[in-house]
This record gives sequence, structure tokens and C-alpha cells, in this order.
Amino acid sequence: MIEFKLPSLGADMDQGKLLEWKVKPGDAVKRGQVIAVVDTSKAAVEVEIWHDGVVDELITKPGETIGVGTVMAKLSGAGEPAVPPKAAAPAPKPAAAATKPAAPARKPAAVPAPSIPPPLRKPASPAARKRAHELDVDIDKVTGTGPHGAVALADIEKAAPKPTTPAPPAPDRQAEMRKAIAAAMSRSKREIPHYYLSEAIPMHRALEHLARANEARPVTERVLMGALQLKAVALTLRHYRELNGFWRDGGFQPGAGVHVGVAISLRQGGLVAPAIHDVDERSLEELMRALADLVKRARAGSLRSSEMSDPTVTVTNLGEQGVESVLGVIYPPQVALVGFGRIVERAWAEDGALRAAPVVTATLSGDHRASDGHRGARFLAALREQLQRPEEL
Amino acid sequence: MKPEELKSQVVGILATIAPELEPGELRGDKPLRSQVDLDSMDWLNFLVALHERLKVDIPETDYAKLVTLDDLLAYLTQKLPA
Repeated sequence: MIEFKLPSLGADMDQGKLLEWKVKPGDAVKRGQVIAVVDTSKAAVEVEIWHDGVVDELITKPGETIGVGTVMAKLSGAGEPAVPPKAAAPAPKPAAAATKPAAPARKPAAVPAPSIPPPLRKPASPAARKRAHELDVDIDKVTGTGPHGAVALADIEKAAPKPTTPAPPAPDRQAEMRKAIAAAMSRSKREIPHYYLSEAIPMHRALEHLARANEARPVTERVLMGALQLKAVALTLRHYRELNGFWRDGGFQPGAGVHVGVAISLRQGGLVAPAIHDVDERSLEELMRALADLVKRARAGSLRSSEMSDPTVTVTNLGEQGVESVLGVIYPPQVALVGFGRIVERAWAEDGALRAAPVVTATLSGDHRASDGHRGARFLAALREQLQRPEEL
Repeated sequence: MKPEELKSQVVGILATIAPELEPGELRGDKPLRSQVDLDSMDWLNFLVALHERLKVDIPETDYAKLVTLDDLLAYLTQKLPA
């Protein structure tokens, strides 16, 4: 038996409202599949499941607001026999779901096919049968208008309960988001002893490299400096594990991968920082596609639970707005935040010569419980060196 | 394509990137990206949309020429088949 619980969708979220189920009892689900959509103050989050299995029971009803950790559904794991047909139980279940047993049970791969057909099948067109299954309509209760009283597709459509459209997102989402940000940032400043470091990084090599590479790319595949910076941070973090992970229960837990939360401002105000997973292992082109997709979905208010719950570090770039540096506030339970400012042209001395060079100020906000300024400084120096070798990115 | 037609297409594409845009308030002679608050990702998406709609490819090296909406319209007019 697997209990599917509402996962934490970031430090600033302790409850959510179920908008809709993407599955119904009897459905087989796969690890990573989106099975529910939950409204949080920040987005309508597509919640994924992390086990293979078969849905036995949906406990939470659409429209209900529930806390993080609430059991929303029960499933049988792959290999486990599915729970016996619900019809046998006294079934305190929603009426629509209770009408299921007539449909051939969908089977988990491991269970032998229960190939006993229901004894008396009401005449119905295959299309009608399929649709009835999709809409959870009990075909035996539908009056058929087809030949010999057969149930036709139109009969099913007519008998189907009107789709319950999810309630429109609360109009005060912005106020809610403000509150959520306030809670997370207050917690951060209350609990995390921040230290701040900054480093000026010459960017001519990275800019030239990117310009050359982009020249050969069609506009649809162009890579932005933001993606290159993310990759540089992720590669450098591989060697600075104490900056990549979480501070939990009085101790540091290193992240299982480098999942970089990207601070994305929303046009209507507020921000989210969902993760791109395993940034250090992706090619620049892949990373750019992931970034473009993430920004698009963040702004459309449609993110996935795994993106919300597990960033191991955050990168913010305020250079676009014109500032030269940003000293950010760490997102708990993370322990570091890397900031980039605008790339500006500066007089730059190198190898005894003075030249005009594009320079960016990179900053590190570190959690002093998890790391010290010495290591933080070495991280920024390593990041600077990494950006002088853009061909590795 | 007539100039008004081109302008309305371009502004229409902009509005898909920046839904809060008030086309009436857009000044053709002022820097476009700061007026509409387009970051580099928005700008890239805008160029991709222009590319899809008008079949015009704008190389990165030309970005610097495209400061205002008027600049952009003049540039596109030159690139589009008459």
C-alpha cells in the first residue's frame, strides 16, 4: 500500500487546494506521472507521484484545501495485488467512482489478467463504452437510443455528469503570494546567519564564445548568457558540496544532485524559484530549452511539484533590471544563493595591460551554519575561473 | 506588407509576450525593451515569434540596432520582400 501525500512545494507553502485529479481509481500510474493539480499561492502545481502502482482510492476531493503531508490517495504498488474490488466494501465513496466495477478492471502489469467478462453486457457501441470509461459513467444505467436500445456515444455524453470545472484561481493570488514570500524570507532572515561575498568576473571570453556559438544557431536555438551562468555555477558547485543542499534538523544534508532553483519574476508581480534538475549534467542547449520552458510555465502559473520542492541552491540574475550586483536572501532550507548583476564595461587590468572589458559581479549569500566565508570565497574564485573556460560549459 | 499592417502584427506579437501591454501607450521612438519590460528571455521569445510569423531571422549582431519600435519596423521593412 502506498500513501500518496501532498508533498511540500517549497518552504513557503504549507497547504494547497486540490484542483483536479488526473487519475481515477483503477488507473495504473508510473513514477514521475502527474496525477493531481494543486493550487498554491504561487502556481497551479502539477503534482507527480514517485512510485509505480495502481490507484485504489482518491481521498481528497477537488476543491478541498489540505495541509502538506495529508494522505490524498491510496495506491497498490507494482507487484502488490490490487485492493479487492471496491464494490465489496461498504464504500463510503463518491457516487461517480462507485459505479466502476462493471468496467473491466485495469490491471497492474504483475497481476494475471482477470479475464472473466461481466455476465451480461448492455449493448453499446465500442466508442460509447470507451467514453463511458473515460467519463466514469455506468453504462448499465444509461438509456440507449441506438439500434435495439444500444447505448450510443451521444447517450453517454448526455448521461455524463457535467464536468466540474476547477474553481478559478483566487483573485487574491497576488496577495497570497506576497504572504508566502514574506513568510519564507522572514524565516530565512530569522534563522539563517547569512554571510555575503562578491567577485568581479571578466566576461569577454564567455561573451565571445556565446556569440560565436549563437551565430551558427537559428534564432529558435540561441542560448542566453543566463543559461551559461547556470551551467558554470552548477559545475563549480560539484566541488563545493557544502553550498549545495539543505539545512535540516540542525544539520547539513548535501543535495543528491545539483538542482538549481532559478529565480523568475512574474510579470504581474512576485516571483518563483523552481528547479532545473541536474544542471551540471546537461548540455548548454538542453539547459536553454529547459530554462525557456520553465520561465514560460512559471509565468503561465503551471509548475511541477518536483520543480517546486527540491532546488538545492538558487541562482538569481537581476542584471536585466540594470543593477550591478544582488546580495540575495537564501531560500530555506537551502544554504546558498548565487547572484549575478548586469554585465558592464569596465577598465580591466590583466597581465600588466589595461583594457576595456565586460565584467559581471557575482555574489554568494552563504549560510554560515553550513559553510564558512573561506570556502565561499574559493567557490566564487572557482566560478570566475570556470567562466574563463566557456568551452567547457 | 503595408507599414500599418506590419506594425499591428509586431505589436500583436509583443502583446503575446507582455499581456499587460497597452498598445496605445507604446512610444515608437523610445527604447522598446525598457518600455515593455522585456528581459533577454522575453526578447528572444519575441524574436522567435517574429521569425515564425514573418520568416525574418534577426542575428544577434543586429540586436544593437533595434532599440526602439521604429528601429525594429524599419529593419523589418528592409528585410521583408517588398
